[in-house]
Amino acid sequence: MLEIKQKARELLESGKAQVVIGYGKGPNNTTRAIFVRKPEDADKLVLDDTCVQNLALYIYKHEVRHFGKEAVVATLPVLRSLLQLASENQVKDNEIIAIAITPDNKVVELDSFAAIEEHVRLFNTGLTEDEKDLLKKINAMGLEERWAFWNKEFSKCIKCYACRQSCPMCYCPRCAAEVNQPQWIPVAAHQHGNIEWHIMRAMHLAGRCINCGDCARACPVDIPLNLLTYNLIEELNNEFKYTAGLSASQTYVLSTWKLEDKETFIR
Amino acid sequence: MDTENKLLKKASLQKLIEKLNADGKKILAPVIKGKRVEFGLITSSDQMADDYIVTNQSVKSVAFPKFEKLFSYEVTKEGITQADTGYSTFPEFVILGARPCDANALGSIGAIFNWDYHDKLYFDRLEKTTMISTSCSKCDDYCFCTSAGGHPGSTKGSDIQLTRLETGDYFAEILTEKGKKLTSVSPDLFETAPSVDKSKYLAEVPVKFKVDEAVAKVKTVFENELWLDQSLRCIGCGACAFVCPTCACFDIQDETKGKNGIRLRCWDSCGLSLFTLHTSGHNPREVQSQRWRQRIMHKFAYMPERQNVTGCVGCGRCSRACPVDMNIMEHLINIVEVK
Ligand code: SF4
Ligand code: SF4
Ligand code: SF4
Ligand code: SF4
Repeated sequence: MLEIKQKARELLESGKAQVVIGYGKGPNNTTRAIFVRKPEDADKLVLDDTCVQNLALYIYKHEVRHFGKEAVVATLPVLRSLLQLASENQVKDNEIIAIAITPDNKVVELDSFAAIEEHVRLFNTGLTEDEKDLLKKINAMGLEERWAFWNKEFSKCIKCYACRQSCPMCYCPRCAAEVNQPQWIPVAAHQHGNIEWHIMRAMHLAGRCINCGDCARACPVDIPLNLLTYNLIEELNNEFKYTAGLSASQTYVLSTWKLEDKETFIR
Repeated sequence: MDTENKLLKKASLQKLIEKLNADGKKILAPVIKGKRVEFGLITSSDQMADDYIVTNQSVKSVAFPKFEKLFSYEVTKEGITQADTGYSTFPEFVILGARPCDANALGSIGAIFNWDYHDKLYFDRLEKTTMISTSCSKCDDYCFCTSAGGHPGSTKGSDIQLTRLETGDYFAEILTEKGKKLTSVSPDLFETAPSVDKSKYLAEVPVKFKVDEAVAKVKTVFENELWLDQSLRCIGCGACAFVCPTCACFDIQDETKGKNGIRLRCWDSCGLSLFTLHTSGHNPREVQSQRWRQRIMHKFAYMPERQNVTGCVGCGRCSRACPVDMNIMEHLINIVEVK
């Protein structure tokens, strides 16, 4: 933790960065994102197990970008998000400084996509055993049971879009859910509107979701909606040996065609 | 009417629920749903959640649901025929166990829905609803009703208020004619009350600021860098507004099929970036700090000015639900402290 503070202070003092996006503490001992702009405030930074929010979405927030060069305290999901955003041309190389931690707990400064790619390779990026278990449970249900399960979950949705807003990969200035000419998705949070919203959200994140879990954590009514995208991670892995957020230059699996692609799913 | 104090024994509450159910009334009470506590239909007192501060979502949806049909229409050769959503289709609800802040909040929404236009749907639904609140014996670090003009035993907006005694029985304050009418389904369940010092049973919610002070200060800080500082981490969703018992913004939507259609209103939030987007492409609230300012301004400057009520009852729900720990109480304290 001390090293993170030092690194942040150094970056701000030297002028290499004008803002460090990291984690700090709120009044009820909560953990929250903070935006350090003065070297003396670097002491407010913390890094512990409660630092789970995916901070990558702040790098393109207008007001944050406005401060100048950004550095971000980058856990694995943040690094993977940066690579995914890079592959979608949302960040440029050398534009962001990532302050990352090595598996043996050393603080490193990663200022290029190549360095981030190399760093990410040091970690296990597959689904955790718990996540796999959950998926197994859901997939063990019959089609009707699964449909009933999701319908029940979706009926709770109040269309607050906290899931979308918390996801770094949901950066469209106008979400398909809000396009009204033509209207693709009914706005009302009724059954039909909710099902279409969730299918659309999951499909738009297929092969782009890096499995940070923020969408589900953000949901005020506890819909486990990250399971939908996890399932798609598994499928794309099985079908195309493709995982999002591991490379800044990979092309999006669902919009490219390769000779060796399996076609067994076309029946 | 003058308040009548009664004693409602624990076993009598169950009998009351049965009577009301038999009478065709739907009873909405806090029930445990996974990790959350939400209002749900009950038929027995043991379905009610016992140990909770406030429900995760507010009670507002009873009169202002997340979406609702305003009317249906049909396009014919002769023109457009329209059918209203009728009063008669609304069920009679008894809310059992809302907190005083929630009961109070329905009045704040009412002030909006009765400002330049009397919103018949809202008031029709409310008219068919009887509010039995329960006073708070516990609070958490997010509660600040005492800084927002309320308190844990406030009876504002309630028809009946119950306060639980050591015995598990309830001290019942019958506050309105509607409350009295409800007790008349079974008057014998409401027994003579012993003399009770209600304050003994109430949570102590620390006062963080005076509501008048906040209202006076908010008006003076429209141009201030604190909005940016506070809202840097805000991701611009609708969670705070949708769980809030006093947020009343909505969006009008038509859903059509052939020549038939319905017009709906759906919850909306000033935190969402498209909320104020004009057709021209211009957005007067371009960045999140302006949207955050609007949220506070509406509740603490515009509503006191226009409707003579504050738009916040201090329930703390928005802070608990916010995915990025925006804490309204902390932010209001910052505002009050501006020199
Ligand atoms: S879809 Fe959910 S889990 Fe996947 S990247 Fe977005 S927020 Fe994270
Ligand atoms: S966060 Fe939850 S309630 Fe809000 S839109 Fe997403 S799924 Fe629906
Ligand atoms: S603004 Fe927050 S604290 Fe105030 S009434 Fe709404 S949800 Fe409760
Ligand atoms: S304050 Fe929190 S809940 Fe409200 S819009 Fe911002 S991020 Fe969403």
